Amino acid sequence: MFPEAFAYYAAHTLDEALDYVDQYGYDAKILAGGQSLLPLMKLRLAAPAVLIDINAVAELTGVTETDGQLHLGALTRHSTMEFGCWPQHPLVAEAAQQIADPIVRNRGTVAGSLAHADPAADWGAVLLALNARVEVRDKHQSRAMPMREFFIDTFTTALQPTEIITRVEIPAPPAFGYVGGHYYKLERKVGDFAVVGVAVTATLDQGGRVLSAGIGLSAVGTTSLKATGAEEILVGQRLTPELISEAAQVAASESSPFGDRRGSEEYKRAMVQVFVERGLLAIAEGGSRVTVHSA
Amino acid sequence: MEKVESRAEVPVTLTINGETRTALAESRTLLAYFIRENLELTGTHVGCDTTSCGACTVLVDGVPVKSCTMLAVQADGHVVETVEGLDKDGVLHPLQQAFWDNHGLQCGFCTPGMLMTSLALLRKNPNVTEDVVRHAISGNLCRCTGYVNIVKSVIEAGQKMALEEV
Repeated sequence: MFPEAFAYYAAHTLDEALDYVDQYGYDAKILAGGQSLLPLMKLRLAAPAVLIDINAVAELTGVTETDGQLHLGALTRHSTMEFGCWPQHPLVAEAAQQIADPIVRNRGTVAGSLAHADPAADWGAVLLALNARVEVRDKHQSRAMPMREFFIDTFTTALQPTEIITRVEIPAPPAFGYVGGHYYKLERKVGDFAVVGVAVTATLDQGGRVLSAGIGLSAVGTTSLKATGAEEILVGQRLTPELISEAAQVAASESSPFGDRRGSEEYKRAMVQVFVERGLLAIAEGGSRVTVHSA
Repeated sequence: MEKVESRAEVPVTLTINGETRTALAESRTLLAYFIRENLELTGTHVGCDTTSCGACTVLVDGVPVKSCTMLAVQADGHVVETVEGLDKDGVLHPLQQAFWDNHGLQCGFCTPGMLMTSLALLRKNPNVTEDVVRHAISGNLCRCTGYVNIVKSVIEAGQKMALEEV
């Protein structure tokens, strides 16, 4: 299988890439890892006239940490997040190692996954749970938006045809607490799309009270979802079994899955509840808790 | 490679198994087909052609990638390793020998990909456990062996490679 013919432009600087997207707009697609785009093009589900390869743009590489905040360049590969050591963000590596398979993770990028906006992708749920921000820019200006404003619909984002994602920012967890995070993914086999994916993170103070909570859901709606109702129930409370059970029920009610060959609507909703409960219980029990700055 | 117009053929130059080779490719030519058809190295197999099976795995700058899901023009100027680069003067690489000794293949179709993925793994750390190997090859499908002998082969090859390094 091979794609429809296209013109290929390799950018070496961000400015060069922005010039190309400005010129070709809707006819062009950015080629980062290509692990979603190229399969789609081979299946002729996508046929952009121009591919703008950004793999040589050094400005878009690298992950930096400042005061607990993570800045991911748009070319950050899944494998970088899998093997990186960011103790204040335990959710990140746990989720990264469940994406596709190890070889795909060597090439696929975080920002590419976001731009592709498959509701069954993993990063959407994880970054919604973490209240991440996406920084985009066109030839003239840059802008940033919270993740929850980024996804518009299936395969549709707030990204304009002349814009490129330049950075993803994951905020620092609140200071003086314990942070826990888990990602659960139900899949039929290794590397398959999620039947259901759930990202759960929470920061607890010394007394076990929830300072912040994040719950993101994959594959149970037209976009990745943020279970804001369930998050609100948790904040300021202690993670008792009753509270956890209530939050899990609310999260399940906030999901809107479709029944398909991977499972019925009821089944997927039930799995959301199970995973939210499992994640919060694990955080309450301190399974993956990491101390955040002590002074 | 800077610019390739639609349907134009351009020379792609890469280092493959230590040798610098140039051949023509369209922008849409996939690396797997470029290696097989243009460079005539047919050891790299195309299995599913949908980024699932890993039979087409090659190393690009030392990193395993599914060559059916990368453009040939993207490999221009890069270093590619395929299964043909494993043996030296007719002597099998420790990985190949271990697959032979442990019956790590049956039909052999997935083997080139299994070998290249395992090579990258063992170069990083030759002392691997069953768990590490199973995780590392989870992007390479085998429909014959049930994986048991593949895992055994990779662990044994790692032990041999660790001794050679010393």
